[in-house]
Amino acid sequence: MESGLNKNVFSKAPPLEGFREAYTICLADNALILGHRNSEWCGHGPVLEQDIAITNISLDLIGQARNFYQYAAVLTGNNTTEDSLAYLRDVPDFKNCLLVEQPKGDWASTVLRQFFFSTYQYFLYTQLKKSSDEQLAAIAEKSLKEVTYHLRWSSEWVIRLGDGTAESNARMNKAIDDFWMYTGELFVPAQYEAIAAQEGFGVDVSALKNEWADKVKNIFEEATLPVQENTFMQTGGKEGKHTEHLGFILAEMQFMQRAYPNSEW
Amino acid sequence: MSEVQKIEKQAVWNILETIMDPEVPALSIIDLGIVRDVQLQVSHCGGNLEGAVTITPTYSGCPAMDVIQMNIKMALFEKGFKNIEIKMQLSPAWTTDWMSEKGKEKLKAYGIAPPNSKQHVCTPDAFQKEESIQCPHCNSYHTKLISRFGSTACKALYQCEECREPFDYFKCH
Repeated sequence: MESGLNKNVFSKAPPLEGFREAYTICLADNALILGHRNSEWCGHGPVLEQDIAITNISLDLIGQARNFYQYAAVLTGNNTTEDSLAYLRDVPDFKNCLLVEQPKGDWASTVLRQFFFSTYQYFLYTQLKKSSDEQLAAIAEKSLKEVTYHLRWSSEWVIRLGDGTAESNARMNKAIDDFWMYTGELFVPAQYEAIAAQEGFGVDVSALKNEWADKVKNIFEEATLPVQENTFMQTGGKEGKHTEHLGFILAEMQFMQRAYPNSEW
Repeated sequence: MSEVQKIEKQAVWNILETIMDPEVPALSIIDLGIVRDVQLQVSHCGGNLEGAVTITPTYSGCPAMDVIQMNIKMALFEKGFKNIEIKMQLSPAWTTDWMSEKGKEKLKAYGIAPPNSKQHVCTPDAFQKEESIQCPHCNSYHTKLISRFGSTACKALYQCEECREPFDYFKCH
């Protein structure tokens, strides 16, 4: 399209990158955006130890994002770098799911979203370790050890808050109402995910749904929280159709590179 | 491999032994177990030695890795190894089982409880029985977990119930 203004978020333009690049970038975008969201807690956590916990989780996620971006940059070529992928793409180019870009909300929301996503990442990376692509398999193997900690930590917090006080239980229930509709997207493959699974370098995400639902059900039972069923599921993030929240994250995250191009630390 | 390359390779390992983890300065990168390989060869043009040092990150987001890479290059450059590439290898993933026994002793002397062996490695199950960690100050096992995440990605926070001192535990990974 001619003008930037006409670059419709809902356009059906084919992806510029190949499927392997798109698949790798999707993995990176999910980790980066959630890492960035969680980092908003830095200095604002409910207690010091948990402030440190959530920012350590952010650091792991951003590290995983870097590994995926570095690989995507090699695949893409043309002087692409991990930084150009993170800092110089706009909203429709990002392939993260809608769940990770939602505002951090209160502690209950952050904990619940982390639990939903860590559960997903845990089963995803367990499968991705078997990828025919050696680099994707290696990143998954490395990341899985960290995600295991995230899942344990977030499961415990879901139980602690769900089965805690009337106030903490009410907040968890509200968080479930807010976020549940974004969980379906995790298991609906985008075109590049379907092809990645077919070709053996990616994971069939639709096959992770039952394991994910079982884990959530078990933890929710212990936390005395309700599992929602037959909810309308919001999708589109993986194809670049985002909620308004992503633009605000990028505005903050990309400000320096946009205002002072090629500036270095 | 020629006799010269063999001697030089040992020299490179000796230099690497002097590079400390910037976050835990009691440990060298050899103690930490992150150096996986040293490769040396005679270059085609000029006949100088060139090669690669392969390292593996402890945690994906560990900010010390960038500093360590730079320090390796600088230390080798100072000793005349000018064309050394640093390769980053993710698989097999680093584990605290690769930490040397000497390294574990140094950690304890530094006031950080060294990692337990790998069979205690974390599973995702919530509220599992905590590992028993020995206080690096008074050697008591009567200690409690304060937070599973500590001052760096590789550590957890504990407190000793005997001597009351808080301490870092280099968690097994």
